[in-house]
Amino acid sequence: MKIKLLDIAHGRSGDKGDAANIGIIAYDDKGFEIIKKHLTVERVKKHFDGICFGDVERYELPNLRALNFLLHNTLSGGGTVSLKLDAQGKTLAAALLRMELEV
Amino acid sequence: MKEKIKIASGQGFWGDLIDAPYHQVTKGDIDYLVMDYLAEVTMSILQKQKNKNPKLGYAKDIPELMKRILPICKEKNIKIITNGGGVNPIACAEAVVDVAKNLGLKNLKIAVVLGDDIKDRIDEIIFKGCELNNMETNESIIPVKEKLLSANVYFGAFPIVDGLRQGADIVITGRTTDTGLTLAPMIYEFDWKENDFNLLSAGTIAGHILECGAQSSGGNFLGDWQSIPNMAEIGFPIAEAYPNGEFVITKHPNTGGRVSFETVAEQLVYEIGDPKVYITPDCVADFTTIRLEDLGSDRVRVYDIKGKQATEFFKVSCSYESGYSAVATLTYSYPQALTKAKAADKILRKRLENLQLKFDEIRTEFVGYNSCHGPLSTEIDEEKINEIMLRIAVRSNDYTSVERFGKEIAPLILTGPPSVTGFAGGRPKPSEVVAYWPALIPKTLVKPEVKMVKLSSEEN
Repeated sequence: MKIKLLDIAHGRSGDKGDAANIGIIAYDDKGFEIIKKHLTVERVKKHFDGICFGDVERYELPNLRALNFLLHNTLSGGGTVSLKLDAQGKTLAAALLRMELEV
Repeated sequence: MKEKIKIASGQGFWGDLIDAPYHQVTKGDIDYLVMDYLAEVTMSILQKQKNKNPKLGYAKDIPELMKRILPICKEKNIKIITNGGGVNPIACAEAVVDVAKNLGLKNLKIAVVLGDDIKDRIDEIIFKGCELNNMETNESIIPVKEKLLSANVYFGAFPIVDGLRQGADIVITGRTTDTGLTLAPMIYEFDWKENDFNLLSAGTIAGHILECGAQSSGGNFLGDWQSIPNMAEIGFPIAEAYPNGEFVITKHPNTGGRVSFETVAEQLVYEIGDPKVYITPDCVADFTTIRLEDLGSDRVRVYDIKGKQATEFFKVSCSYESGYSAVATLTYSYPQALTKAKAADKILRKRLENLQLKFDEIRTEFVGYNSCHGPLSTEIDEEKINEIMLRIAVRSNDYTSVERFGKEIAPLILTGPPSVTGFAGGRPKPSEVVAYWPALIPKTLVKPEVKMVKLSSEEN
């Protein structure tokens, strides 16, 4: 069955220098199992092909049913230097939620 | 010792809702009002203002705000803690004392935290063996030393605690961590010690939840955002803190917004790296230990937080001049709006190339199509696009190139694709790019200092 990440999780993103941070939170425990399984470093890196030009780091926060991703070399120089409209990566959590999962 | 204290967030950044602090002190009972005014870029702006006028360099909204809230805070015994002193906290405190005098207040004690501004100490610090290497690239600061606009150490909660212990009604700091503003009153009221790492971590995490204002009480909420009630009158978050490190995040009754597991969790994952290692000058908090219990009625209990001893270093935030940039926009309408915008971009780039201008980067985005999600944006049927805004930005160390870019935009209207508008603002002017240089400094090289600025009835 194909589902949208948007339907099982929410999140927030922001900047840390030239890296973007994306926190993704599942609405329930079942959703957390799904995102833990599907949102691998490789999958997230591939999703942000052409946006993230560095490594992706992944961290788990099980108490919050959340994963945190750090996307390095993503903001075109970082908050104050970047020419991007979204220089602080504020919309990148929504960009990750576009992902479709086969569950 | 008090059984609990209520700490209210009044400002998530300089530019946040002007009336939020007023509502926090009037719509219910609180003990402390904390206001974060400083983003990384703010320090360089404030430094420029201070260079022009030595009486400036702090968040100018503060005296105006104090006029409204000081009498209320005095009456209700609410203490105010803010980092809005920027690069001139003494001048900020003096301005607040003036406000208090004009209001006819008899007594006011302001503690000012100093010592974070190391801009004039860079040579001495380098001489002592700390080259303030960039935390991201590991390069020494020496090559950019002459271009520095500001350099500030992030202090933690303890200098604020010193101020509170000296009886301050208001504490005004320079570059203090956002989290330290909230942690300080807990240390002061509950007599937490410097090695109570779990407690310090709890207070730090309360600070993280409050530091972006209403972002934890329903603002910018990516869950079911349409169900958030009355965002027009959104209530800013309040931490109801207890001596054992537990706290409840809530907001005043009869305000808009929502405090729930989801809204608090979103703020908890905001701008964090490794959640086990959230480093502040006060402790290293472990975000994976946080437990949330949604109590309903806009109350979320936060508990079980653990953390470790702080590191031997303070973080330093430096800013330096790094060339110029300019941004231009033009809007193209149906039919073929995107095709027109793309053609205009191509024409402009060819002209810039012919002029042999020098740019480090030229960036084109099509607002209405791909400016937020880039290559993840879905292809769109041109028949269904009403309009597209072409946004082109350039950056260069060469001022002349950036200035000339600004002169090449308006001509596109008469010399490019049709049905274009939106050039009312005049030629885009080059603006200075301020780059950011994060570094670490051994704690032994800097010492926070607390100075009291007082208004007392004897003086009058």
